[in-house]
Amino acid sequence: MSDTAPKNYLNEQKGIKSWLLTHDHKRIGLLYLYSIMTFFLVGGVFAVMMRLELWTPPSDLFSPDTYNQLFTLHGAVMIFLFIIPSIPAALGNFVLPLHIGAKDVAFPRLNLASWYIFIIGALFAVYSLVSGGVDTGWTFYTPYSVTTSTAVVPMVFGAFVMGFSSIFTGLNFIVTIHKLRAPGMTWFRMPLFVWGLYATAIIQVLATPVLGITLALLIMERVVGIGIFDPAMGGDPVLYQHFFWFYSHPAVYIMILPGMGIISEVISALSHKKIFGYKAIAFSSLGIALTSFLVWGHHMFISGQSELAAMVFSFLTFFVGIPSGIKMFNWVATLYKGSIDLRAPMLYALAFLFLFSIGGLTGIFLGAMSVDVFLHDTYFIVAHFHYVMVGGTVMALLAGLHYWWPKMFGRMYSEGMARVSALLIFVGFNMTFFTQFMLGIQGMPRRYASYPEQFAPLHGYSSVGSLIMAAGFILMGFYLFYSLFKGARADKNPWGATTLEWSIASPPPSGNFDNVPTIDSDPYEYKTAAGPNG
Amino acid sequence: MDSSLTNIFPSSSSTIASDVDALFNFIFYASAVFFSIVVGLSILFVIRYRRRGDEPATSQVAHNNLLEIVWTVIPTILVLIVFFWGFKDYVRLYVVPHDALEIKVTAQKWFWSFDYAEGASSVNELVVPVGHPIKLLMSSKDVIHSFAVPQFRIKMDVLPNRYTVAWFEAVDTGSYNIFCTEYCGKGHSEMLGTIRVLPAEESAAWIEANSNMGKGLSLEEFGAMLYKKKACVTCHSIDGSKNTGPTFKGTFGSQEKLKDGSSVIVDENYIRESLLNPKAKVVEGYEPVMPTYQGILKDRQVDALIEYIKTLK
Repeated sequence: MSDTAPKNYLNEQKGIKSWLLTHDHKRIGLLYLYSIMTFFLVGGVFAVMMRLELWTPPSDLFSPDTYNQLFTLHGAVMIFLFIIPSIPAALGNFVLPLHIGAKDVAFPRLNLASWYIFIIGALFAVYSLVSGGVDTGWTFYTPYSVTTSTAVVPMVFGAFVMGFSSIFTGLNFIVTIHKLRAPGMTWFRMPLFVWGLYATAIIQVLATPVLGITLALLIMERVVGIGIFDPAMGGDPVLYQHFFWFYSHPAVYIMILPGMGIISEVISALSHKKIFGYKAIAFSSLGIALTSFLVWGHHMFISGQSELAAMVFSFLTFFVGIPSGIKMFNWVATLYKGSIDLRAPMLYALAFLFLFSIGGLTGIFLGAMSVDVFLHDTYFIVAHFHYVMVGGTVMALLAGLHYWWPKMFGRMYSEGMARVSALLIFVGFNMTFFTQFMLGIQGMPRRYASYPEQFAPLHGYSSVGSLIMAAGFILMGFYLFYSLFKGARADKNPWGATTLEWSIASPPPSGNFDNVPTIDSDPYEYKTAAGPNG
Repeated sequence: MDSSLTNIFPSSSSTIASDVDALFNFIFYASAVFFSIVVGLSILFVIRYRRRGDEPATSQVAHNNLLEIVWTVIPTILVLIVFFWGFKDYVRLYVVPHDALEIKVTAQKWFWSFDYAEGASSVNELVVPVGHPIKLLMSSKDVIHSFAVPQFRIKMDVLPNRYTVAWFEAVDTGSYNIFCTEYCGKGHSEMLGTIRVLPAEESAAWIEANSNMGKGLSLEEFGAMLYKKKACVTCHSIDGSKNTGPTFKGTFGSQEKLKDGSSVIVDENYIRESLLNPKAKVVEGYEPVMPTYQGILKDRQVDALIEYIKTLK
């Protein structure tokens, strides 16, 4: 940032100390952003290494042990170190107070503490990685995780510690949304991203402790031999699966709900049109959050749980799908008669609509009990959750990142390169993962270091796709970094959007708003051309 | 099935398979309609309402009760159909016909063993009669495994602390792959097996032949057969190459250094101990991952394996 720029949160204080001791939600958001980008790179390198191994059927590039560590570390890093903190902690921290007209979150020191706790947890995970790795899969299923000789304890302890970071962020956001809204900002005048963060925060606060307890029990079982899950010590391994998915299914919505919030913002802003069905979207977020606690057993249709339990979980699972479907229709309806600006954030939002539709619809196959028996633990599952997590959450993250980048740094990135990169990622992603649906239907099991010859053509195609996707991300890293120094200066509202953050300078001043804003209208009040509906 | 979609399916070779595929196809076509609506309209709107200058949107419509009710109710009805359909077949998948032939399945790192009522047993190869329901009573000796046969559309986790049950009735003779689909460690992707579906009389003859402990074969020939059938081949080579376990080539009579620093001469007693209590004396450079064959190998089979290993010079 050049010193000629007016005083803002980036240049008002200087030096490493001013960052490490900051209480400013915008700076803490950036600390998270740099952290998750680093871990995304690490997890991405593991992913490419896996795809290189899987290019050919035999286990040749890496030993099976190494491959097993690669998929475990890819999953653990991407889930615990990247995707869970990604949107809420990085973009949420930056945007939430701006969206509700506040100067900061409710507990700024706790906010900074959350980041430190996250980093401490991450260090344990990194320690596990360099001291022998983990080969259990990111789900740490017992009794395998109790008996393997790899460094399970530090990795699990890292995830345990990072859980507290997630809980603190959630708590902070709930209080912030309840108490710090600007005068006149009623619940139904909040931008939908705030609704998404609110629903997310509820899950973070209620579900994460269960993960903490589960992981603590796992550590106790490994370290002091208390038999909870390992049948050799009198435990029950299926109990672990219940505990684990009681957190980890709602956690899927920790990952996707804030992403849905971003999509609402971006589609409305870049269509210059009021969001269609505001209340339906807001209540869908809460509906998803609450229902998400009641469907964990759909991960366990073939695990030996009772058939009756499986039936109830299947039934409820279909009802968690409906609110997501409603949102999809609302977004499409928002495009209708809009004035659609196809710059980078909108491209990623459209990619989200395309990919998340596939991710959501393939979930119906897996919710149907008899079909799930066929597809469970095959590549169909792998493809499904990548369409949800990457096609959904990561596309939303990229939409949000490109949307708020000018607000964060006061600079524009190259639109041309952003388009090339979006195209590479979209094409590469579909090549990589659509093929995996087909592999799954053919019966290819997941977590295989080597595989029978019959699966070779589709695996090869998938591996090529992953390299194309990687090229897209490398290009993105390049143009975003370049824009920090050479990008054109962004004015305060480059998209013509109506939410509060666009009414202040880019980058914003340290205190956000010079005067407390007063809200007297809905968040998406766009003008209409003359016409009967005007 | 009459659609091109099923070309990528594995063959439907059990009585339940075509019903599972029918529901799959129903969901597929319903999803294709919804996907076309969402993506088709998005593309249409993007082209039709693309922003060219600074013009505002031509409408700010933000609400339509009828539309919102329609797009809530129709998907709800469809998913309820899917739920009941899926549940109905799931019940069929797990309610075993009472005339089923019961076979005991034991999973352990990293092979499957099968025990038949007649006293026969086999490893990684399950032989069953065509057109007869087969009940699999399954348990694991170590971690969780999962028994999957894509061509039969069946799958069931195999647990260490309880029995789980799966069943199928094959409609065609032939060979079908068994995959382990619950991650179980280093040899997970090698934990493969085959189901051979034979006409009833051939299947009965095979079971009969397998109950007789290699009658008519020399010990060495019987050992060579067991080397493959009991899955020694998964971890021990016979050509000198290193695998999960030491090679059998030239091992007999040699001196092996052990993990605890001592050493041992590979003789009949060491081989026998290594089969029945494999973690007692582990060769240096290898992990103690071999499962015990206690209860799986009969004395004559142990003798046969020893004789076979002796011949591998």
